Amino acid sequence: MKPMIKIEGLTKRYGQHTVVDNLSFDCSAGEVLGFLGPNGAGKSTTMKMVTGFVAPSSGNASVCGHDIATDALAARRKLGYLPEGAPCYPEMTPRTFLEFIADIRELSGDRRKKRLAEVIERLHLEPVLNQSIDTLSKGFKRRVGLAQAILHDPQVLILDEPTDGLDPNQKHEVRQLIRSMAADKLIVISTHILEEVEAVCSRAIIISAGRILADDSPRRLAAQSRYHNAVRVTVSDAGSFDAVHAAIGQLPSVDRTETDRDHLTITALAKSGSNNAATLHQVSRLMTDKGWNVAGLQLETGRLDEVFRQITGGAMA
Amino acid sequence: MNMIKALFRRELMSYFATPVAYVFIVIFLVLMGTFTFYLGGFYERGQADLMPFFSFHPWLYLFLVPAIAMRLWAEERKTGSVELLMTLPITAWQAVLGKYLAAWAFTGIALILTFPIWITVNYLGDPDNGVIFAAYIGSFLMAGGFLAIGACLSAITRNQVIAFVLTVVVSFGFLLSGFPMVLDLFSGWAPQSIVDGIASLSFLTHFSSISKGVIDLRDLVYFGLLISAFLYANTIVLQWKQAD
Repeated sequence: MKPMIKIEGLTKRYGQHTVVDNLSFDCSAGEVLGFLGPNGAGKSTTMKMVTGFVAPSSGNASVCGHDIATDALAARRKLGYLPEGAPCYPEMTPRTFLEFIADIRELSGDRRKKRLAEVIERLHLEPVLNQSIDTLSKGFKRRVGLAQAILHDPQVLILDEPTDGLDPNQKHEVRQLIRSMAADKLIVISTHILEEVEAVCSRAIIISAGRILADDSPRRLAAQSRYHNAVRVTVSDAGSFDAVHAAIGQLPSVDRTETDRDHLTITALAKSGSNNAATLHQVSRLMTDKGWNVAGLQLETGRLDEVFRQITGGAMA
Repeated sequence: MNMIKALFRRELMSYFATPVAYVFIVIFLVLMGTFTFYLGGFYERGQADLMPFFSFHPWLYLFLVPAIAMRLWAEERKTGSVELLMTLPITAWQAVLGKYLAAWAFTGIALILTFPIWITVNYLGDPDNGVIFAAYIGSFLMAGGFLAIGACLSAITRNQVIAFVLTVVVSFGFLLSGFPMVLDLFSGWAPQSIVDGIASLSFLTHFSSISKGVIDLRDLVYFGLLISAFLYANTIVLQWKQAD
């Protein structure tokens, strides 16, 4: 399949400072690409270059085969973009604002009506349609920005921190929206919320200081975590805590253990290369054999936040 | 063309969505009236023309037009909406023209609302309406000139106050470029042809000939070129900011 976004050697320098350093990658339809990195890693700058708002110092980017520098209008027609902070025209109402965007996107007739109705419904903008954007809550403002980005049903959607400032319910809805649109589009989101990456992304690129440090599926990235295949046991009786701890530490596939006495949990880290469920199996058998009461037993797939910290050099911690 | 129309509509609508438009129009009309009747001695002159009215336009525009122009780009930059605007499928030219024409149309609306003075002078006497019409055209063109300067300078900064002050200073230079205050800066060292060239850039000279009822092609070309040059500079500034 032809890549929908193709980035080659993209670089942005401000004076001596290199913000984005020789970035190259492709992505295609059906992907939800999560762009992760500590603040100041160059996520937003990269997005600004791909959408043509900022001109790169060197390198190039193309959207659906249209170079963003030489064929900007064609590239932008394929794009929906939510800039960082979801800027809008504060004096307009969501209705007049979306109609303006529909004019610029050259939507007309039935399709225009249908698209407007659809985004208004999907982002639940009905109650505030005729209120000035200025007076809206942060959540509504963000949704107006999202509505604007998806209005023309673009093939490529670039969202810079789409759920920033939303409450947990709204976050959940926006993630559902992203997932529901993912099938035939390319969606690129930047975020520093790692649970979001696990929830919606099929691919994650971690960048720091303008360079790509990791590029893989969130699942495989998480598998790099030392918590991959770890088993967490919560004992129900504080008296048996030390005995359980000691016994788990002796199990063949357990590398070492971590404890949390306040919550009565013991985490058994699997030895690298051990079979998926081996540790879980051994721990659960141990507990039944000894007749210890267990309040919880959980297999971990790995912690993305830990991998993130490890990869980006702990700058975030 | 449709793009420019959409941008124009949005921009013009946004003037009227906030108190800015109403405050501006009221102040514009009050100042026009005050200047015409008190400083201009409209009644005392005993002549049925609008010279006292039009002669204050350059000075009022000097401060009021930059107030309209300062928000054009500086505000977009401040709120970040410029990023939204410039990543839509429009060219820099369309954005510049759409916004500029909206601001110009807005000053046109303010200018049209001065019509009671025209009614007054027609009621009191028998003025030459051709001259008055020409002067209105001249005044509108001059407002367009000030606006183009302001639009271009507004794109340089995200701070509206800076945009305002820069525009007033540059406009003041253009207004007075036929006067010793500006010419003396050059006459000491520059060749006479350059000094003459600068003198011919004066808004006042070009406006005053139109406002006497003489619509000379040269004056129209002058304002047309001035506006085009500053709007062109405006697109250059936008592209330059993009690379920045």
